[in-house]
Parts: sequence; C-alpha cells; structure tokens
Amino acid sequence: MKILVCIAQVPDTTTKIAFGDNNTTFNTAGVTFIINPYDEWYALVRALELKESGVATAVNLVTVGKADAEPVIRKALAIGGDEAVRIDTDSNDPYVVAAQIAEYAKSEGYDLVLCGKESIDYNNGSVGAILAEMLDMNYIGFASSLNIEGGIATVKREIEGGEETDACALPLVVSCQKGMAEARIPNMRGIMAARTKPLKVVAGADIKPLSEIVSYEMPPAKTGVKMISADNMDELVNLLHSDAKVI
Amino acid sequence: MSVIVLAEHSQGTFKKKTFESVQYAADIAKAMGTTATAVALGTIADSELQLLGAYGATKVLHVADAKLDTLNARAYAKALATAAEKEGAKVIIALHDVTGKAVAPRLSARLKAGMVAGAVSLPDLGKGFAIKKAVFSGKAFAFVNITSDVKVVTLMPNTFPVKQGEGSTTIEQLSVTFEDKDFGVTVKEVSKVTGAVPLSEAELVVSGGRGMKGPENWGPLEDLAGSLGAALACSRPVADAHWRPHHEHVGQTGGTIRPNLYIAVGISGAIQHLAGVNASKTIVVINKDPEAPFFKAADYGVIGDAAEILPKLTEAVKKFKAAHN
Ligand SMILES: Cc1cc2nc3c(=O)[nH]c(=O)nc-3n(C[C@H](O)[C@H](O)[C@H](O)COP(=O)(O)OP(=O)(O)OC[C@H]3O[C@@H](n4cnc5c(N)ncnc54)[C@H](O)[C@@H]3O)c2cc1C
Ligand SMILES: Nc1ncnc2c1ncn2[C@@H]1O[C@H](COP(=O)(O)O)[C@@H](O)[C@H]1O
Repeated sequence: MKILVCIAQVPDTTTKIAFGDNNTTFNTAGVTFIINPYDEWYALVRALELKESGVATAVNLVTVGKADAEPVIRKALAIGGDEAVRIDTDSNDPYVVAAQIAEYAKSEGYDLVLCGKESIDYNNGSVGAILAEMLDMNYIGFASSLNIEGGIATVKREIEGGEETDACALPLVVSCQKGMAEARIPNMRGIMAARTKPLKVVAGADIKPLSEIVSYEMPPAKTGVKMISADNMDELVNLLHSDAKVI
Repeated sequence: MSVIVLAEHSQGTFKKKTFESVQYAADIAKAMGTTATAVALGTIADSELQLLGAYGATKVLHVADAKLDTLNARAYAKALATAAEKEGAKVIIALHDVTGKAVAPRLSARLKAGMVAGAVSLPDLGKGFAIKKAVFSGKAFAFVNITSDVKVVTLMPNTFPVKQGEGSTTIEQLSVTFEDKDFGVTVKEVSKVTGAVPLSEAELVVSGGRGMKGPENWGPLEDLAGSLGAALACSRPVADAHWRPHHEHVGQTGGTIRPNLYIAVGISGAIQHLAGVNASKTIVVINKDPEAPFFKAADYGVIGDAAEILPKLTEAVKKFKAAHN
C-alpha cells in the first residue's frame, strides 16, 4: 500500500504578518517558513507509523512550491518518508494546488493520500477534498484517528458536537488533525538520511486559477481594553448587555 | 438562473447556521437579480422545509433519499451539482463547517468553479465577485475574487445576524441518480458530547487555562457557563494535562471558534491560543497578572484571582437574568 502525504509550506504562526504593494501582496521578507503543522504532526507521522507497522510499503511526499519550499520538504524528509516530489509552481488558489497534485498522483497508484485539515496561511481546508474529486476517491475530513485492515480504512472524524467512526475502502483521501499521532522531532540520523533521499522536481502543469486574491486588510485594531474592577461584576454584565450587546 | 444553498440539517432539524446560510444566499440572489433555492438532502419533514421560506428561499429542492441521512461527500456533491444544473445556478453556497468543508471543494472541482472558503462578507459584485475571508489564522483578511463562471462559497457561521421574515417557499422533490461508489463511506459509530451546547456552535463560551490550577477548580467556571448558557473551552496545556476533554481545546492546534462572547479565565493569551479565538466578537479576560498578553486582545479586562472573581461574576449574571426575564 502506497501513501502520499501532501506537505504545504506556511509562515510560522508567531510571524508578524505584513503586506506590500498597496496591500496586494504578502510580504515574505523576514518571514520564517515551516511545514504546515497539521501536515507535519499528524498526516506525515501517521503515514510513517503505518509504514513502521507494516501496513504501508511506501510513504512519499509532495509539495507544490517554488525552490524556496525546498528546506521545508527536506525537513519533512528528515522526519521520515522515502522520497519527495516538488511541483515547481506556486499558487494560492486551492483548485490549482490540488490539480497540480492530482496531475502528478493520478498515474502513481496511491492507495491513501493524507493531508492536513487546513493550511495555516490561507485557512481554506479545501485542497484534500478537491484532490479527492479529481482522483475519483472518497474523502474523509478532520480525522483524529486512522487504521487500515484488509484494504478498509477505519477513520474517526469530527462531527458537530462529537465524533463519528467511519469505514471506507481504499483508495481514500483523509485530512488529519489532532489526535491522529504524536509530533516527532527529526533526529540527526534522519537529517543525514534526508540529504540523500530522492527529491524530484517536476514542472507544474498549465492550470488556470479560478480565483485570485485581490487585496489584504488588517483587522481593525482593538480600541483598547476596558478594565473593570474585580469588585464590580455588575458593571461588566451591564456592559456586555448594553455596549457589547452579547448577552 | 438562481443561487443554490445547501440547507444542512441535523436529523431533520435546521439549526440557526442553516437559516444564516439561506439568508446569505437570498441576499446574494437579490443583489444578482435572481432567487435562492435551498437544497435539502435526506429525511426531513415538509413542515421543517417550509421554515426556509422565512429566510428567503423561494424554492426548496428535496432529495428525500434516506441514504443521504449521513454524510457522503461524493453523493452530496452530486446532488448539489444536479440541483445546480436544473436551476442553471451560477452561485452555490454551503457552510464553512465539517460538512460544507467536505462537500463544497468537491463540488468546486466537479463544476470547475472557483471557491472562497470561510466567507465573512457578501460578494462585492462591483469588483467581479470579491469576498472577504480571514487568513493567517485570523491575523488578517483577504479579498478573494472568483473568476470562473460558476462560483462556490462556504459561509463562516455566526457572521451575520439572522432575521426571520415572512416569505414562504415551494417544495419540489428532486431525484438524483446515484451509484454505489457515491456511498463509499459508512458510519460505524457516533459519539456525541451530550448535554451542553457544542463548542463549535456556541454563541457564548467560557474558557479556562492553566491559571485555574487544577481540574478540581472547574466548578466555578461551569457555574458561570451554566448561568450564561455558554459552552466550555480550554487552553492546550489544560487538555494536554487531561484536566479537561480534548474537544474543549481551542487554538491553532485545537478548534477555531468565533462566538459572540469569549470569556478567558487564567489564560495568558499566547499567539497560538489567540489563533483559535481572536475572531470572537467580544473578549473578556480575567487574569491575576496585569501584564498578561491576552489583555491586548481583549475588550474587557478584570485583574484578580479567578477563584474570587468567578462566583461574583456568576452572581451578577444571575441577578441580571432575573431582572430581564
Ligand atoms: C506550535 C504550537 C501550537 C500551539 N497550539 C496551541 C493551541 O492550539 N491552543 C493553546 O491554548 N495553546 C497552544 N500552544 C501553547 C501556547 O503557546 C501556550 O503555551 C498556551 O496557550 C498557554 O496556556 P495557558 O494560557 O493556559 O497557560 P499559561 O501560559 O501558563 O498561563 C496561565 C495564566 O493564568 C494566569 N493565572 C494564574 N493564576 C491565576 C489565578 N489564580 N487567577 C487568574 N489568573 C491566573 C497567569 O497570570 C497566566 O497568564 C501551542 C504552542 C505551540 C508551540
Ligand atoms: N502547496 C501545497 N503543496 C502540497 N500540499 C498542500 C499545498 N497546499 C495545501 N496542501 C495540503 O492541503 C491541505 C489543506 O490545505 P488548504 O486547502 O490550503 O487549507 C494542507 O494541510 C496540505 O496537506
């Protein structure tokens, strides 16, 4: 059984976000990039566990990104995985990203495609489900556990106010979140091994975006916190009612 | 031409967020000079479907196949695509929740329709079809213009106030030809958190952090939540230490919520925590440290010991409720 893990490169959470060109471009100067946490901690590690336990035979990684995404995919390889492919193009349209991955993956015969629940830059949570449609596979989102036996996946997923356990035959696309696995830190051996693991670069297919980001805006700054004396909770409640209008 | 909206229901009952999405679709339809058609999937009574009229759906297409009672993204996407084709719809709306996020992207691929995930505004038709959405985990907003002919939008729940109107709706049955593969996912077990309001839907949330000192101190937080009718949440270390169940954990690695009111007690306000809650309309921070970073993101702040403040606040809420009922 072959697994493909989709790895996105995103700005570190603690990065200060800034925009340029009259708020039309995201300013990457000075930004530290990391592997999207859901892809790293949950999708990748669960894939590795499935290989370690003998369920999977191969774990391959794919990223859609330019050469600047290379350190991130190398880091992913240092955590584990057999080989990686970088599709040499960039887009923030989830349709394009998914179509690029589908174009590469369709002839590779993957049984399981794992991605994160969403990328923490554009917060779409769309690529996995688009990919599933393009590869004509089933899709289960927001999974917190995944086991495979006899070609059937058993997946626990989030539902409104609880959890549900689903069963589905492979092939399947699953988006992963908390609970799926415990994050791993790459060790020295992994980092050394990653240097020699195959990282193939393929050209992106010619795919037209269906959406474009036209501008950005910072949220209105909080006008400042109004401090209320600990002895005057009646005032707080009244403000929540008459000013904030939330109760 | 019309605007199509997936009218999500929970075992035959609509929730507020569905009315919100129907109203959103109706508002878009009006701006585009057309009408909104709701699509309901699975077992649901006509009397319930009728309710959608009051939120602006002039027509309801009902696919009354019991196999649709549980989510199969493939089948749902096919049903919506069939409805969209029948109606000649150019815009399809769903909610940005676990169901919408599984179905809408699939539909977008199927129809080659560009998509905005997590809309917080109506489309600006003067600029094409530009919609505002949160990006970088709530640190900024982007305006995304959909350039394709057909458009798919998932609406962030709790974005617009919902207003019940007078309208009525006509119900039509829609038949969709499914294949076995559309129902590839089977549900084995469902475990719902019983009793309280589910966190993802709660309009009021009371949340505790490490400053609560231990699980034995959650009583006063539960009392406050009870007096308000609020759901409970917590910071990550609290869930990691098993003081509280994992589904209450909010933040970058936990749930993302946007209630009307978020009351954070004994939480420092780390950026990873804020990522899950900073879209809340009003934030109250209770912390004994005047320098706690959370105060910078708060609307109202109270400095002091949670153990002393919580009972007083609960008392004040009860008094207020008694006076306003
Ligand atoms: C990659 C990454 C992802 C993360 N994801 C998340 C996430 O999803 N969610 C999350 O919450 N965290 C997350 N974290 C952790 C985050 O950085 C913080 O460590 C965490 O939010 C702190 O939790 P806390 O505020 O409860 O505890 P602390 O930081 O220990 O703060 C406790 C607060 O309680 C106050 N306090 C103490 N005693 C009292 C009292 N008696 N009365 C009132 N106040 C009191 C203190 O002044 C302090 O401000 C993540 C971290 C990383 C690195
Ligand atoms: N550029 C990319 N390259 C590879 N995988 C990606 C890329 N962007 C998103 N993904 C995958 O799709 C998931 C959902 O992303 P998104 O739809 O952008 O929120 C991520 O967690 C990744 O697993």
